[in-house]
Formats: sequence, C-alpha cells, structure tokens
Amino acid sequence: MPVPNAAVQETAIGPSPHRVVNDFSIQVATVNGSGSQTANLVLIRSIFQMGVPVSGKNMFPSNIAGLPTWYTIRASKDGYIGRKKEIDVLVAMNPETAKEDVLSLESGAAVIYDEPLNLKALRADLLFYPVPFDKLVAPVCPDAKLRRLVRNMIYDGVLSCLLKIDMAQMEKALRKQFGKKAKAVELNLGALTAGYGYAEANLPKQDPFYIEPMDQTAGKILIEGNAAAALGCMMAGVTVVAWYPITPSSSLPETLIDYMRKYRTDKETGKATFAIVQAEDEIASIGMVLGAGWAGARAMTSTAGPGVSLMSEFAGLAYYAEVPGVVFDIQRVGPSTGLPTRTAQGDILTTAVVSHGDTKHILLLPASVGECYSMAMDAFDLAEQFQTLVFVMSDLDLGMNTWMSDPFEYPTRPLSRGKLLDAETLERLGTEWGRYRDVDGDGIPYRTIPGDGMPAYFARGSGHNERGQYSERPDDYQRNLERLARKFETAKRFVPQPEASEQEGAEIGIIAYGTSHFAVMESRDQLLSEYGVKTSYLRVRAYPFGDEVRAFVERHKRIYVVEQNRDAQMRSLLKIDLPADLASKYRSVLHFNGLPIDARSVTDDLLEQEGAKPAAPKKAVAFSGGLGGE
Amino acid sequence: MADTPTVPPAPAKKTNRLGLEVAPYRGGRTTLCAGCGHNAISERIVESFWEMGVDGSQVIKLSGIGCSSKSPAYFLGTSHGFNAVHGRMPSVATGAILANKTLIAIGVSGDGDTGAIGIGQFVHLMRRNVPMIYIIEDNGCYGLTKGQFSPTADVGSTLKNGVVNDLPPLDTCVMAIELGATFVARSFSGDKKQLSAILKAAIAHRGTAMIDVLSPCVTFNDHSGSTKSYAYVKEHDEVLGEISFVPFFDDIAVEYEPGTTKEVTLHDGSRLYLKKVAEEYDPTDKLKALRVLHETARRGEYATGVLYVEPDRDDFTTLLNTIDEPLATLPLDKVRPPKAALDEIMESLR
Ligand SMILES: Cc1ncc(C[n+]2csc(CCOP(=O)(O)OP(=O)(O)O)c2C)c(N)n1
Ligand code: SF4
Repeated sequence: MPVPNAAVQETAIGPSPHRVVNDFSIQVATVNGSGSQTANLVLIRSIFQMGVPVSGKNMFPSNIAGLPTWYTIRASKDGYIGRKKEIDVLVAMNPETAKEDVLSLESGAAVIYDEPLNLKALRADLLFYPVPFDKLVAPVCPDAKLRRLVRNMIYDGVLSCLLKIDMAQMEKALRKQFGKKAKAVELNLGALTAGYGYAEANLPKQDPFYIEPMDQTAGKILIEGNAAAALGCMMAGVTVVAWYPITPSSSLPETLIDYMRKYRTDKETGKATFAIVQAEDEIASIGMVLGAGWAGARAMTSTAGPGVSLMSEFAGLAYYAEVPGVVFDIQRVGPSTGLPTRTAQGDILTTAVVSHGDTKHILLLPASVGECYSMAMDAFDLAEQFQTLVFVMSDLDLGMNTWMSDPFEYPTRPLSRGKLLDAETLERLGTEWGRYRDVDGDGIPYRTIPGDGMPAYFARGSGHNERGQYSERPDDYQRNLERLARKFETAKRFVPQPEASEQEGAEIGIIAYGTSHFAVMESRDQLLSEYGVKTSYLRVRAYPFGDEVRAFVERHKRIYVVEQNRDAQMRSLLKIDLPADLASKYRSVLHFNGLPIDARSVTDDLLEQEGAKPAAPKKAVAFSGGLGGE
Repeated sequence: MADTPTVPPAPAKKTNRLGLEVAPYRGGRTTLCAGCGHNAISERIVESFWEMGVDGSQVIKLSGIGCSSKSPAYFLGTSHGFNAVHGRMPSVATGAILANKTLIAIGVSGDGDTGAIGIGQFVHLMRRNVPMIYIIEDNGCYGLTKGQFSPTADVGSTLKNGVVNDLPPLDTCVMAIELGATFVARSFSGDKKQLSAILKAAIAHRGTAMIDVLSPCVTFNDHSGSTKSYAYVKEHDEVLGEISFVPFFDDIAVEYEPGTTKEVTLHDGSRLYLKKVAEEYDPTDKLKALRVLHETARRGEYATGVLYVEPDRDDFTTLLNTIDEPLATLPLDKVRPPKAALDEIMESLR
C-alpha cells in the first residue's frame, strides 16, 4: 500500500464542517476518444441506483479523438435536472484543459486529478486529491494497449470512496454496462477496486459532498431523448424512415434501426414491417418521406438545422399538396456547421414557416424524454389528421444526454389515420368529393392513396382547384390558401396544449418551451425562495398556439420569454400570432453560448430586468473546446 | 308501313384483357406544344399500358419539373400522380414504392431535370435498383424555361440564336448501365413500334428500367444546329435490332429464327426477343453495351433499342426484405409491438 500523501493534508482549507448531501455536480474532464463514456455512465447509473435523482450532460467537441470533452453529472435531491453552472467536484484527467478547468471552479470545490498534472499549486481555496492513475492501472491491466480504456474506471473507484457511493451499486452498474463481456468486466472491476483502495488508504475526506441513499428513482428509467423518440416512432407504427447522418440527430434513426430489427421483424420469415433508408442527402430523405406519406405510409426523417434548410422546397410542397410526414429536428448551434455538438433552440422561427410562398407548419416542442416518446406518436397522428408535415423540435441537450424519467406507458389509442376516403364516405359525399374540397368546414379535405381503389388525383405544387385539377385561376388559388389557413386554425385544438403553473398574485409571466423548462422550473423556485418574487409559468408545447397562450399573456403584466437563441425567435412567433397590442408586454431571457441553459442564469437575468438586483458579474464559460467541424 | 332501315351493327370496340377500352388509359388534354415529342411518348405510354392490360388504379406516375414532367397529367387518368420538385422525383418515387411495393411506378423526367439539378438523385435511384420505369424525355434543352442548353446537349450543337455548346454531354444510358440500372434502353419519340415494345418490356421488368427517349422540342430545339432535332435523330438513329415483346399471359409463336435472335425472360415470365441487325448484340453483356454506346456516340449517332438487361438482380425492396403486403396499409397489430416489448425495453433502462 502506498503511504498517505502528505500533500493532501497541507491543503489550505480543512475538512468542511457541514455536509452537502445529494445536491452537487460532478464534472469529469477527459480527452475525446479516451473511453471515458463508460466510466461516466457507470458513475451516473450507480448514483441513480441509490435512489438519487440525477442527470448527465456530455459536452464534447466536433471531433473523433484528441480534443477536450466534459461530462457533468448533477445529483439533485430536489429533482432538478437542468444544468447547474457551478461545478462542485472536478475530475481533471485532461492535461490540456486542467488548468483552465480548475481556475473556473467556485471556491470550496473538490478536485480529483491525475497526479503528474500537479494542479494543487493553482489555488488555495479548493480541495485537491491527487491520484497516480498510471501507477494504479499498470498492475490491474497487464495488457498495456487496454490501459488507456480501463484507466478511467479508477476515478469511479476514487469517487465511490470519497462520495460514499455504494461500491455494490458501482459493480452492478458496471456489469450492466458490459453485459456478457467477461474480460471487460474483470479488468474494469480491477480498476474500480484499485481506485477505491487507493482513496481509502491515501485520501482523507476533506470535502463536504456525500451521496446517501434515497428513494426518488424507484421504477424510473435513464434514457436519452433520441432513444425515447425512436421508441415513440416505433410505437407510432412508423413504416418508412429516410435519414441522412447529422449530429445530433443520427442516434435517433440508429437506435430506431436497432429497435425495429428486434421488434418489427418477423421472427420466422425475417421480413420487416418497415423500410429504413440512409438517403444520399436531406433533400432525398424528405423526398422519400413525401413519396411514402403520399402513398399512405407513416413516414419520417430526422435531422438538424442544416438539414431542415435543404428540405425547404419539399416542405412547401408537402404543405400545399397536403402530404403527411414527420420530421425530427434535433436542434444544434448554427449556422451551417456552427457548433455541431452544442445545443440551441435556433430553428424555431425558420422551421415554423420553412419554404417559400405562404407556408406554416405544425411544430411540437418536447421538453423531456417522456415527451420525445409521446410527441413522436402525436406527430404521426397529427401529420395524418392534418395531411401535412409535423416538425418535432428537440435539441442536442435533450436528444443526446441522459435523462431520468418515469417509464413510458404503452399507448392505448389506435393509430389516427385521419380523413382517408372510404367507400361509405365516397357514397355519402358523391360528387361533393374533391381532393381539396372542405366538406366538413374544418379545412381538412378527404384524401385517397394509390392502390386503394378510390378516385385518383394528381398531387402537385402547381395551382389546383378543389378537385385537384390544374388551375391558375386567382379565385381557386386564394380559396385553397384560405382553406389551408383554416386547417391550421383547426390544428390549434388538436396539438398538445400548453401547461400552466400559476402563483397567486404573480404579475410576471414566464413563457418557455423545450429544454429551457427545467432551468425555468428551478429558477422560479429560486426567485420565490431567495427573492420572494412570484411568477406564473406557461410552457408552450406546440405551434400553432392554443387560445390559452393568448389568455396567459393577457393575464400578466410582463411576459418573460425564455429561450436558447439570440434573436428571441419564440417571442417573434408570439408577436406574429397574438394580437399586436400585447407586444409591449414581452421581454426576453436569452441564452445562446451552446451550453444548456441553467437556472441561475435565468434568475439573474430576469431580476436584472426587473431592476430588483444589480447585474451579476458574468462568469467566463468553462468550456472552450469544440474546435473542428463536421 | 315503311321498312325500318337496318342499322349495321357497330364494330365491337377493342378491349384489353381487363375488358377495358383505351379511353381510361388516357389523361387530360395536353398543354404541350403541338408536335412536341413528349406528346408522342404519352401516346405510347397509353397504348402500352392498355395493351398490357395494367389496372390503372395499381399504377403511380411521378415526375419532376419541366414540359416533360407535366406529361403524366396527360396519360393514365385513373392512376394517382405526383408532380414533385425539379430533379427530385427519384426520391419521391423511392418513398412511394417503399410504402407500397405492389404498385407499378412510372416516372417521367426531362434531360435537364435528370441531368442537371437531379443528377444526384438519378445516380442513387439507379444504384438502388428501385423497381420503376424511369423515362427521360430527352430534347437536349430546357423546354419549359424557353430553350437553354441541358447537360445532354452535344458539343457543337447550337441554340436557336446561334450560341454554341462547348461542354461534352452526359450520356444517361452509359451512366445508368454503370450505376446499376437493370434495364436500360434508348429510343426515339418518332419510332412508335420500337418505343412501344420497349415500354411493354419495361412494365414487365422488376428493377429500374431506365429509358432515354430522344424527344425533339419543336419550339426551341428543332433547327439545323441541333443534334436532337427530328431530322437529325431520324438520320442518325442506329437501331441495334428489332424488338419484340411477348407478355407472360400471351402465348404466341415467335417468328424469329433461332441464331439471329436473343431471348431474355423477364422477372414475371414475359419474354423479350431482340433480333440482331447490325452486329452480334448481346444486351446482357454490360461491357459490350457500353462499347456500342461509346462507338455510336463517337460517330455522332444514337444507338437505340434495349441496350442492357439484367432481369435477375434483386430490386431495392427485395434487398430491404420488407413484408409482402404494402407497408402503407399494415394494421396496428403489425406495426405496434406488443406491451411485452415495451416492458422489456423499459426494464433494460432501469
Ligand atoms: C428549383 C428550381 N429551379 C429552377 C426551376 C425552373 N425550371 C422549370 S423547368 C426547368 C427545366 C426543365 O428542363 P427539362 O428537364 O429538360 O424538361 P423539358 O422542359 O425540356 O421537357 C427549370 C430549370 C424550377 N422549377 N425549380
Ligand atoms: S417547349 Fe419544347 S419541350 Fe416544351 S412543350 Fe414545347 S416543344 Fe415540348
């Protein structure tokens, strides 16, 4: 056993008198490609298994190997799962960023670091735990080539000892991670134990951070948004998928392929009830979706902002020719490559109206993995009910990060195929039927699909009358556009309705959507408990907005629209859609540095605009990596 | 009482094997210029689908953008049609066929639509061997936007105003063969007999049937400086052989002499007979087909006929191994896994 390291005892501040239990963040800084993801997942899972609410966020560069990457785990006894800006425990494994990482910490944080990095001298107000990773890994992993991968498991062992994370849970999580790979289990268990043993013998506890068992995760699951969306698509009965790789959306179809191979392939014949095609580009992928949707299939694609731009022409055709289809936009920072591995809500405005001429699209705005799942089903139903494209506006934070959730429920409702003309309806309508005729007054016409034996029609982007015949008559065109507007109006009542949470007597209303939700929820608690500021909150879940959105804006004096883009895109959409006299109420809380929005930033910004608190000094952002492109 | 004049019985209207007259196979009235080659091609499509006795409700017709791409409105009026966007019909067709592979798909494109903006999708349609008939109505120019050069215009050919094209043309047949299309033909809108036979064989083929049809644009590209004018094509048409097609449901004796004829049995059992004229031509030999295309092109001629056939390669839906029924109309229990599946997945995530 190595002798205790005297350096630790010399730390400027002594053992903390108070205990911080289940309410802190851990950040692991490693080199991209060093295999740290496994160690990080074992870490988050073991805390989760101890019943403590957790969330994990990956900040990684647009690069395969060599650049800095960070993984942040937040344990929150109160169940806050948004990003926490301040890091409490840092695991510094990357020489390139170690210094900057340490300098950005708040006073009192703990630093576990690779001993040769010699970080202790940097600051006197932090707690340092040096660990000789190379020395520890050599005896447990004789094969030098594998050491790089196994080495990371040592910090899990150290953290287990320091933070009191149950080693049995670590081992369980590790076994789950590696499954049947016996050799990997053995090697990693060795490293885990070596880390624990070293910490126990050499690193006296100085910091106040503890994980203690709770009962807040029983029955819950850990999943990424893209996997949740893939599950939703499978349960929604998707049959044709056409996609083109782009971060951060690729894991959606890739997971879908895995699920569909397993659950949607006939065991006996090996035949699939689906077709998944990796298209040659985004234009082709949306083209395939249109062809399949027109022919009656539940079809989808997934992409990010640059892909939506390329799909623009087809999107307009789908709107006007009234072809159903689902597009998942996993938003990232733009333009073009932008910061492809960072998050944003930057496609809202363009996607709402993407294409030329008069176009409007239904947007769904999931905030959680649960909604990625349920809104996938909503999207397919709405697409067929309204015979149009439906865009599900997820983002990188939601799509690619690990979230805790209640397990997903098995859908009970049948597939809603919308107004597909059948023989009986044809009989009833008789000559009244025309592909683009509004017989029910809701703007939604009846459609037929090839091969169904019902009357055929010619779908096209060129002007057409109610019968689908070519027409350049001004009245035909105008009537069609008016009906399409009526159809969009009808959609208001069918899209997911907003969720409101009001505080008695609140003058301030907050509107947010998507992943900003978690920061807003936590911020509202901070505003109330720390500053006595009451707020009401409306989470918008779809575009077009339901009437409730307007009522909420009318009910409050000032409306803060919180969003993750520079130009206040949702605020613009509200201005366009709601009465103009409400426009003076809007203010914005904007966050657009590529990192997920956090509660403290929302609180500070809102208070500053309220004149209730002097501007908080803006801290430099800890992450500077992310060079390279894709 | 005067004798009632006897009315001679009307001659029985000709019907196909479905008992249908040709009328339902027609479409709307054409809005293309009178004499446009594209109209003649529509006529041949009407004729061949009628003669093959194809049920119009089981056909989908798709197109891109251009004069040519308007033409699906002028044939097969009982079929669903989709006029897509410029150059991107292949993806729409692919999606529709994936949704319902039991349909017969016919796509119409122009040489600009395919060769310029749509060349990427053309490439991938061919390499996937998507089961469809893909017709290029090739006039060497952009008709609908009033006469600009298209990528199939020959070096040295001129616009009406005398501007000379100095870029080499794309040969869509050479490309299609290289890329993996399993039925490649070239014809001329003015050659009724050849085009009809090719179309009927294409209907029977399972895989991508790519047919480049020289189709003069009488308005912008039928002058003496054009190599895609009626006069030029007629004079430089190098017919590879006479084609005769026998659908699987017909059982007629074929008059071709063995030894001078190549017989190809298509996917559905139909037979294609190719009578060799000029030289030993074997349409199943890829290298020879390419060689003939290059040689005729060098002479400023067009080799026409069925250039290449590979009837046995798996088409795209076979490769994807989709269920026999159309994906589009599968019932809920076929497309939503049971609750046990979701439970199993949820368990793995705990
Ligand atoms: C994105 C886009 N770009 C340009 C056009 C304009 N456009 C319409 S038809 C056409 C050319 C069609 O030429 P071709 O495919 O050769 O068909 P033809 O009219 O000669 O039959 C063009 C460029 C368009 N409709 N869409
Ligand atoms: S412009 Fe040319 S291609 Fe177009 S319809 Fe007239 S003749 Fe045909």
